[in-house]
Amino acid sequence: MKGDTLTMSNVATQEKRTVRDPRDQSREARPGWIQPQVNITEGKDSYLLEAEMPGVSKDGLEILLEGNELTIIGRRSHDTAGAQLVYRESIERDFRRSFELDPTIDVEKISARMESGVLYLTLPKAEQVKPRKIAVE
Amino acid sequence: MLSFFYLNMKLARFQKPEIWGWAAFDQLTNLRDEVNRLFESPYQNGDSGAFNMWAPALDLYEDKDCLILNVELPGMKKEEIEISLHENTFTLSGERRNEKNYEGSATSREERSFGRFMRSLSLPKQVDANRVKASYKDGILTVTLPKSEGAKPRQIEIHESK
Repeated sequence: MKGDTLTMSNVATQEKRTVRDPRDQSREARPGWIQPQVNITEGKDSYLLEAEMPGVSKDGLEILLEGNELTIIGRRSHDTAGAQLVYRESIERDFRRSFELDPTIDVEKISARMESGVLYLTLPKAEQVKPRKIAVE
Repeated sequence: MLSFFYLNMKLARFQKPEIWGWAAFDQLTNLRDEVNRLFESPYQNGDSGAFNMWAPALDLYEDKDCLILNVELPGMKKEEIEISLHENTFTLSGERRNEKNYEGSATSREERSFGRFMRSLSLPKQVDANRVKASYKDGILTVTLPKSEGAKPRQIEIHESK
């Protein structure tokens, strides 16, 4: 379970190897799942996580939060009834990936949006960690 | 020179197909466009450019009447995808833009591919170009290419000879 977690607080040290070779994907994924490719962007007030899950509709999406572990699951239907496969490059598996959330993220306020096979997750930072200007009296 | 360019084309995405179809499924690119692009904006900030093409995963199905292509293109608008058919060669191209409108942002993980892509393939059966249909849903482009009459399987009746 811990094998493919990603700590957002460690992202600075991971920057050097952020662009993974997609050929590694099949080795990394556990049997039955593939890991969606993600981009994580840190903004002033929140993190934005984008996960590519082509073929997954809003109904096939599941987002689980257990303690500080966030798991995204995307199930897709393979609707090619009656047709015979000639050539295939896509991986006929559902998506799953877990992330270890930075403790500064306000888990109560996480919001999600699914658009054209991309999941956009907004992970707001808790009020007390946001940069704040202190007025000098 | 030409092959040099092809060999050095960095495909941002390459997946080993489970079934190796025909050699016709090479990733062809329009060399002239790419060379032009190279001279236009040599110092672009990485997202797109001649050596940064990516290739979406493509599946091909066949049934009695049609060839069906499914292409994984998450996060696009249908206007950004171009498909064409010329002498039974199917070409798909487009550009996926990274819409970074996130204030004060710093990217900490970047696995998604952006920029231009192109796939081109010779179809294994003659298709009727006038009846091709395409749809885009949940990040999957589906192109239905009806076979031309001559390419459809035909039952041949056997007559009993007397």
